[in-house]
Amino acid sequence: MALGATFAGVIRRELRLALRQGSDSIMVVTFFVLTVVLFPFGIGPEVNILERVSAGILWVTALLASMLSLDRLFQTDYDDGSLELLTLTPTAMEIVVVAKIAAHWLTTGLPLIVAAPLLAVLLHMDGAGFVTLLLAMLLGTPSLSLIGSIGAALVLGARRGGVLLSLLILPLYIPVLIFGVGAVDAAIHGFSPDAHLMVLGALLLVALPLCPWAASAAVRQAIE
Amino acid sequence: MRNGTLTSSFAGTSLTCVRGERVVFTGLDFSLNAGDALILLGPNGSGKSSLLRLMAGLIRPAAGELSWNGEAVAADRERHAGRIHYVGHHDAIKPVLTVIENLAFWARLHGAESDDKTDAALERLGLDHLAGTPGKLLSAGQKRRLNLARLLAAPAPLWLLDEPSVALDRASVRVLEEIIAEHRAGGGMVAVSTHADIDLPGGRELQMADYAVTATWNAELGTWL
Repeated sequence: MALGATFAGVIRRELRLALRQGSDSIMVVTFFVLTVVLFPFGIGPEVNILERVSAGILWVTALLASMLSLDRLFQTDYDDGSLELLTLTPTAMEIVVVAKIAAHWLTTGLPLIVAAPLLAVLLHMDGAGFVTLLLAMLLGTPSLSLIGSIGAALVLGARRGGVLLSLLILPLYIPVLIFGVGAVDAAIHGFSPDAHLMVLGALLLVALPLCPWAASAAVRQAIE
Repeated sequence: MRNGTLTSSFAGTSLTCVRGERVVFTGLDFSLNAGDALILLGPNGSGKSSLLRLMAGLIRPAAGELSWNGEAVAADRERHAGRIHYVGHHDAIKPVLTVIENLAFWARLHGAESDDKTDAALERLGLDHLAGTPGKLLSAGQKRRLNLARLLAAPAPLWLLDEPSVALDRASVRVLEEIIAEHRAGGGMVAVSTHADIDLPGGRELQMADYAVTATWNAELGTWL
């Protein structure tokens, strides 16, 4: 009971904050769209080239976009003293962290998934890859938020935390990138993407208990 | 008052706190029983805040132990968190949330099930007319009062207040004194760090200077100097 109430309470607060401030989600999606749009200009408009790199472009850009808002995950709460009080709740700190990560995914990961098919059209992605792209992102983007939470917690209190955060987190994003792109490529070339999707699912299942636990420990350390 | 509050006790034995390379205090003992108030006195940097953070479980003692009714606090952090209200230097107020939203969030996190108490808490601290105002429009004193309203919005037997009167006007300090007196009359405990502008009748004073360490560890000689 208390567990669920805490979880729901934190999510509601985070969503309310995101809605009122608004800028974060819009910034992430705008970054995603603008960066993807740059590629046809840089590579040239040849359909077959764009088609071949479309999955990679979408995934790499989604990784970067998701990372862009990570430093806000704990930093504002750390600055105004809320994070101290959040660690002093009668429920486990991990629940609070999971709720914050879930809210981060709802406000950044989900908008990316909505924007991705439109950008896939722009990059001439083969129609066969669309459903797989959505599925892969649905399984992969929560992992990005989860893994990112560790970095966001570790850089609390550090100067130039944003740069440090990308150095810490980008290498950890590579498995999600490999299997995310692999799934879409398999579908486009007429193979079954199931294996790749299952690995993405497995990554999510591993990240789900481990990342909030590690992030909570890092937050406690930062507050001490 | 909540079950068990009347018989509760909170104590620390031979506590040592190390921040960075510096020993802030050592060999500190205290005990609080139902209705007690502990007043932490000392100059800036003497470890008042560190002791309160230690009592809250935000930092771990380098040595010594905290206990609640004889049980070690470190054994169950969440349970201890449920027993305390900590008011630190930051007011933890979100600028885009309204006064009532800010307060209700913390109250629910501490197990408050209805909003009656949050309304009453706002009224008590003279913020009821600001309930719908976003946090960013509050003055420093109003923010502090909103932070203190958490104490009333959800019950907890132990209050840890770090310089709670900062930014408050005289009238608000009076209200705070009344609230603390009522809390103690109901069997609650309170530890306050202050520069002696809060009147707590019958409160015990703890001079941080008594537990300060003047010697420093010399690594080359391997001894205290």
